[in-house]
Amino acid sequence: MDSEYLLEVSGLTTKIDNQEILHGVNLRIQPGETHVIFGPNGSGKTTLMMTIMGFPKYRVTKGSILFKGKDITHLPLDERARLGIGISMQRPPIIRGVKTRDMVSACLKKEGGSEIIEKLAEKANLIDFLDRDINHGFSGGEIKRSELLQLLAQAPEISLLDEPESGVDLENIALIGELINNLLQKIHPIRKRIHSGLIISHTGHILEYVNARTGYVMCNGRIVCEGDPHDILNTIKEKGYQECVSCLRR
Amino acid sequence: MSKKVTNSYKEKARTAENKKAAIGDDIDLSLYESSFAQEATYVDTKNISRKDKGQMLSAGVMLDDLSQRSGTFVQMDNRPIHSSIRQEGIEIMATSQAVAKYEWLKDYWWQAVAVDDDKYTAHVELHQSNGYFIRALPGAKTVYPVQACLYLNKIGSIQDVHNIIIAEEGSELHIITGCTTAFKKEPGLHLGVSEFYIKKDAKVTFTMIHSWTPQIGVRPRTGAIIEKNGLFLSNYVIMKPVKSLQLYPAAKCIGENATVRFNTVMVAPPNSKMDIGSRVFLDAIGARTEIVSRAITTGGNIIARGYIDGSKPDVKGHLECRGLIMGDSGTIHAIPELKGTLAGVDLSHEAAVGKIAEEEVEYLMARGLTRNEATAAIIRGFLKVDIVGLPPMLNTEMQKAIADSEKELF
Repeated sequence: MDSEYLLEVSGLTTKIDNQEILHGVNLRIQPGETHVIFGPNGSGKTTLMMTIMGFPKYRVTKGSILFKGKDITHLPLDERARLGIGISMQRPPIIRGVKTRDMVSACLKKEGGSEIIEKLAEKANLIDFLDRDINHGFSGGEIKRSELLQLLAQAPEISLLDEPESGVDLENIALIGELINNLLQKIHPIRKRIHSGLIISHTGHILEYVNARTGYVMCNGRIVCEGDPHDILNTIKEKGYQECVSCLRR
Repeated sequence: MSKKVTNSYKEKARTAENKKAAIGDDIDLSLYESSFAQEATYVDTKNISRKDKGQMLSAGVMLDDLSQRSGTFVQMDNRPIHSSIRQEGIEIMATSQAVAKYEWLKDYWWQAVAVDDDKYTAHVELHQSNGYFIRALPGAKTVYPVQACLYLNKIGSIQDVHNIIIAEEGSELHIITGCTTAFKKEPGLHLGVSEFYIKKDAKVTFTMIHSWTPQIGVRPRTGAIIEKNGLFLSNYVIMKPVKSLQLYPAAKCIGENATVRFNTVMVAPPNSKMDIGSRVFLDAIGARTEIVSRAITTGGNIIARGYIDGSKPDVKGHLECRGLIMGDSGTIHAIPELKGTLAGVDLSHEAAVGKIAEEEVEYLMARGLTRNEATAAIIRGFLKVDIVGLPPMLNTEMQKAIADSEKELF
């Protein structure tokens, strides 16, 4: 790797259609680190993630995205995925006729077939969903687990997780946490971890299950605060995002 | 069958000789060579040429190994050339032979399809057509499917076929029919009448694969009558070019709790015209139906029809028609129709026509698939119809037929 950072986002400005959503976002993640982004609805968190992943609707007009030192700002979506970027979407589409098993199988880079798939599905408590159409009739929690199941098979170097705990009942949130820890190799000491994570969290609940090194607050398409994620969360809980917005004005 | 009976059908047929079909392009029959049914001349499947067998295999008919079939029937143009049975309780023969053998066949002859429906049914009757007669005796259950192939081999000619399928009480019959041709570019016309009689507690699964070429016209005419607790499961697949194809089979549930399922998978390449649908008449208490179709055009024109008529209490029917338009040309016109004539019938439909959703392609690309791989996976999924009640082996064979043709789509 040419850079000490796995992911470097610099001055990122993104437009959807003709509307600018992100206005010069910066963040850097080293291998093995987990970062969390907080922010109110409509602040640009999902746009940031989709831009990093490379969805064509999200058009970069300024700035750059480097992954493992390579400029991927204008690289197609699928090439980014194959380079080692993975995403867990908040509302993934239903694809009729495409089974969960087909998706997991497509994510597996190595041969290994059904045994690995079943093992991973068992871990995600989704054995009964393998032969169902992907996301069809899945509950909120099942969608999140299915997204994480696919990422576990894909094993990306960086996982972009968009609100992994939203719509998940309390019983299942621990399992979601466990799957994320698995994905981000939390079992290893940080210096031995290769996989990194960038997590969007609206409520911060996930921090009860997954440790993160850095937290950000995003407001109006800008990162307005960076620091210890628990400190940030406590401030938000006490004073709300309004404090962050006024902080931006100062 | 007595001469008196056959003459009355011929008379009726003559009145419809020039009657255009209610739907579909009119085909000028005088442009093709008509001939009368020829006597069955049976040969061993070993004596059928490798080329012909290869073509028949593309329509799901395996002639090299008959061990996985309960019986086999092959008709080339208007002559039956092979008939064999491997299981007790199943009868297979040319319809001309069945007519000579069973006087009672008059009770079935033209009962599920009207002889004067249009000029195509009339043509079939007036040319003393052959075809297959398949019957499962009471309680008999096929371990393996029965297969039949209708093969168009003579350039510029009309193949007339009249099939009769009877599943006696409590029997179970699985049939694969492959209809195909030896031609590459030459014209020909296939007219096929199929009448199904499914008795009390009987079950019939009928999987028909059509594998035609760009200058062939096809006008099948199918009717089914299903008695109490009977099940008729019909699967139809066409993924190869055809000049003009129009079919609209009708199934009538006349016994309590009779069930019908129609599954259709169609792909229309450029210059192909397909007008394909299914009709079900829920004419008995508790009758059920589900009609599912998947249509893809890569440039051809498709009309996808569906019709459910509910006229008795506690009947239930659902119609699902989905179409995908690939590329810049081609049309899909979905016409789902429901008719209820009684309070308490439960009929519904859903229809959707469009292109592949970009959101779905991108979702798969985010997992590392290229755009082409993602598109292929979505189309494969689109064509995968979950067929309840089809034996696993048949399901596998049907999916294989679809997968083989799919490769030509990309």
